[in-house]
Amino acid sequence: MEFLLQPLTILTFFPLVGVLVILFMNSEMKNAIRWVALATSLITFGVSLWVLSMFTVSNPDLQLEAKYPWISVAGWNIYYYLAVDGLSILLVLLTAFLTPISILSTWTAVDDRVKDFMIFFLLLEVGMTGVFLAQDLFLFYIFWEFTLVPMYFLIGLWGGPRRVYAAIKFFLYTMAGSILMLIAILFLGIKTETFNLPTMLVRLPDLYATSINPQTQMLLFIAFAAAFAIKVPMWPLHSWLPDAHVEAPTAGSVILAGVLLKMGTYGFLRFNIALFPDATVAAAPWIALLATIGIIYGAAVSYAQADVKKLVAYSSVSHLGFVMLGLFALNPQGVAGAILQMVNHGLSTGALFLLIGMIYEQTHTREIKVYGGLWKITPIFGTIMLIASLSSMGLPGLNGFVGEFTILLGAFGSKAIGNPWYAGISAIGVIMAAVYILYMFQKMFLGPAGEVTHHHELKDLNWREIATVVPLVIFMFWIGLYPKPFFDILAPAVEKLLSALPL
Amino acid sequence: MTQPQLTDFYTILPFTILVVWACLLLLVDLYIPKGRKSITAFLAAFGLAGTMGFAITQTGLSSTGFNNMVFLDGFSTYANMLLLISGLLGIAVAHGYNKRMGIERGEYYTLLLLSVSGMMLMAQAADLIIVFLALELLSIPLYVLAAFTRKLESEEAGVKYFLLGAFATGFVVYGTALVFGATGTTSLTGIFLAASSGTSGLLLTIGAALILVGFGFKVAAVPFHMWTPDVYQGAPTSVTAFMSSGAKIAGFVALLRVFATAFPSISADLTGILWAMSAITMIVGNFVAISQTNIKRMLAYSSIAHAGYILMAFVPYGNKDVLPVSIAAGLFYLLTYVLTNFGAWAVVISLEKAEGKGLELSDYAGLSRKYPALAAAMTVFMLSFIGFPPTLGMVGKFYLFRAVIAGGFNSLAVIGVVTSLISAYYYLRVVVNMYMRDGDPVAEREPGLAFTTSITAIATVVLSFIPQWLFLLASTALLR
Repeated sequence: MEFLLQPLTILTFFPLVGVLVILFMNSEMKNAIRWVALATSLITFGVSLWVLSMFTVSNPDLQLEAKYPWISVAGWNIYYYLAVDGLSILLVLLTAFLTPISILSTWTAVDDRVKDFMIFFLLLEVGMTGVFLAQDLFLFYIFWEFTLVPMYFLIGLWGGPRRVYAAIKFFLYTMAGSILMLIAILFLGIKTETFNLPTMLVRLPDLYATSINPQTQMLLFIAFAAAFAIKVPMWPLHSWLPDAHVEAPTAGSVILAGVLLKMGTYGFLRFNIALFPDATVAAAPWIALLATIGIIYGAAVSYAQADVKKLVAYSSVSHLGFVMLGLFALNPQGVAGAILQMVNHGLSTGALFLLIGMIYEQTHTREIKVYGGLWKITPIFGTIMLIASLSSMGLPGLNGFVGEFTILLGAFGSKAIGNPWYAGISAIGVIMAAVYILYMFQKMFLGPAGEVTHHHELKDLNWREIATVVPLVIFMFWIGLYPKPFFDILAPAVEKLLSALPL
Repeated sequence: MTQPQLTDFYTILPFTILVVWACLLLLVDLYIPKGRKSITAFLAAFGLAGTMGFAITQTGLSSTGFNNMVFLDGFSTYANMLLLISGLLGIAVAHGYNKRMGIERGEYYTLLLLSVSGMMLMAQAADLIIVFLALELLSIPLYVLAAFTRKLESEEAGVKYFLLGAFATGFVVYGTALVFGATGTTSLTGIFLAASSGTSGLLLTIGAALILVGFGFKVAAVPFHMWTPDVYQGAPTSVTAFMSSGAKIAGFVALLRVFATAFPSISADLTGILWAMSAITMIVGNFVAISQTNIKRMLAYSSIAHAGYILMAFVPYGNKDVLPVSIAAGLFYLLTYVLTNFGAWAVVISLEKAEGKGLELSDYAGLSRKYPALAAAMTVFMLSFIGFPPTLGMVGKFYLFRAVIAGGFNSLAVIGVVTSLISAYYYLRVVVNMYMRDGDPVAEREPGLAFTTSITAIATVVLSFIPQWLFLLASTALLR
């Protein structure tokens, strides 16, 4: 039972305490349930800060390990193995940070089946945190698949009109990727006789030299990449994303964009790059190509959207393209920029979805053309929206710029990609982002009052809503103005990861 | 040839006790007044529980009896436990249902006990003659049970099951005759010895293939599955629940035993057949299930599909290094299947109304609002069927696919996971109806059903976190 007292166990499974409490509450006590959920997620965030305080920044290795044998029969060496390092700590913090914010955003937006909603939401947090912490492939796979279940219910129960379709599409699409990964995990498990990632990394080089040929390594790389690329989502596997985002309730969209998509990019980082070094280098130009297409495609399609939520959804395809480009630049700037950009995207897109949700709650429409002149009526809302928009399009001084700039810097000089044109073309994506974001902002917030603005008594943000978004804004400025502490956390682990590559 | 000794009876002690108990129960039941047949049900359950106690005492023993006609080993003990659990759950789901449907008669429980005892004898069979005997003992009570309602559909189901079952048994007998012709013996170990000393040939292979066909019928593997949806739909649902679990375990246990013990030397010929059978069963079962709107038929096709998954464990049976793992994986998967399957059928029984009403998928609409616990349990079963965490089904599939990949059959594993993905579509449809559509279902609340759904749902989730001891249990359940 000692494993229960490990900091990372507590961090991962604390939300279950809230789930248990809520399970035994009367479903009519909606406010009490909301408070319990919020308190649980805030305590979890507190635990994540406690974990951060114990984290040694200069150490590139896995830290705070909780490692116990779990299943060990006949060649199965499965561990309950959680650990954190520079690659994952920011994402763990992001998860713990966005969950209470999302819960706060549902206070009035979700009024049906509040009990079920909070249970699923907290279960989702367990799954997400587990994905970022698991260092055993079996355990990782369990967490990875498990996140689908609560998200499926969140979309399917509290989503928009086409929610059932979107939920099933989300489930099947994501599962389609992960089943191939399952085969690859089993294959690796049999070959290396362990499912424990660090041990596997020690044993694999010998196997690559002897029994696993480069073609097989590439197949394994593709099997893992299929699961992660769908989750990211990389062009052309993105078609589930707009449906899921548009139909999901606001809190679901925030978590989906903020954290779930990062599980994909994190998977590339933790598993693909580490496990299959030769295949990674060989595939880098191709991934860079897909990423570049995704950047341009996502930005172009965003511009064409009439629905503001869809616009932000497609902008994720573009932004995650930058992350992928940075990762497969396979140099310290690119990878560090990519990890930081994962966080940035969580903050800025999370904020955009929250803000859109707040206005939608009042007007029940997301069509851009029916708005107009919002800033005059709701100045606080307009100001925060402007900051989030500028952060999303990468204005210097805000967080988006730092990430995208570092990524492009890395991609320009990348030996693995081997061609500065990818970075050059991707830079156009930054300009295109300015176009679609400013277009959206102009149509909705500036100019003469639109239909909806006329017909509704629109209220500006209340205290709860301000409290929901302001923490995100603080971080946008912090990362934008002084990113050094964030890069310091990443750097040692990134160096270590890249040093194993044959470059 | 020696006379049977008391020790011979000890090797089949659980079987003997159960048969004697069933016969006594048949007599005792005559004195139990109509309308109080709950007593019979209780006595039958008591008999099964007692038998389980004796079966547990045989853990770790390994011997033969009746001149090598029966085995007692870890494999048979594990299978016996699984079969007794099926019997107990079979009574638990049947008791209230039979009363509600007006088919409460004492013979039901006696027949169920006799069928279980046949299944248990099957698990211990060391000779093709015993296999045949056990097959008849387990099947004939099931034919009667399938027709128990005396309604047209039920009688049709019974007759259909009987005719095709008799046909299948014919295949087994003919196969046995050919094998005897090729090797001069019906003893499983004798066949192995004769075959490996070179007297084998085409005759032996054809005999083995015919036995495979016969058992293919019993476990509902494609292309011998045609009877399954009709019989599962027509039979009383309580019988279907028992049949789809117990008969399947018995069929697979016999297949594993016979093939691994008697036919390793011709595995080169049979592996391809098993491969194809497994693949086509997974594909057909899952694809046809998509178009079903009746939950009984959907679960029938789902049980066909799962026969395909379990068949995967047989494919590497000729490979000595992988055999222990694949047997363990097969046995483990049978356990997960039994728990999940009984749970799902128990939910179906809760919602079924007289005249076959309440069996459409649309009848599940709105279940989660009115009966949140029941809907949650059904969700667990559906996830477990798909093979999703946190359920035992996921661990079972992981184990199974691992055995298949270790045996070198990567493409079969790919077919397995892809068909799992397809299955997610129709299993999730049940969840969609329960949670995302509105309706006003009425569920029966009977203690037996509540017991079955809650115990299987909890076991399906909790055991997935602590599967270590079950793995050990399955991996020590070795063949003699």
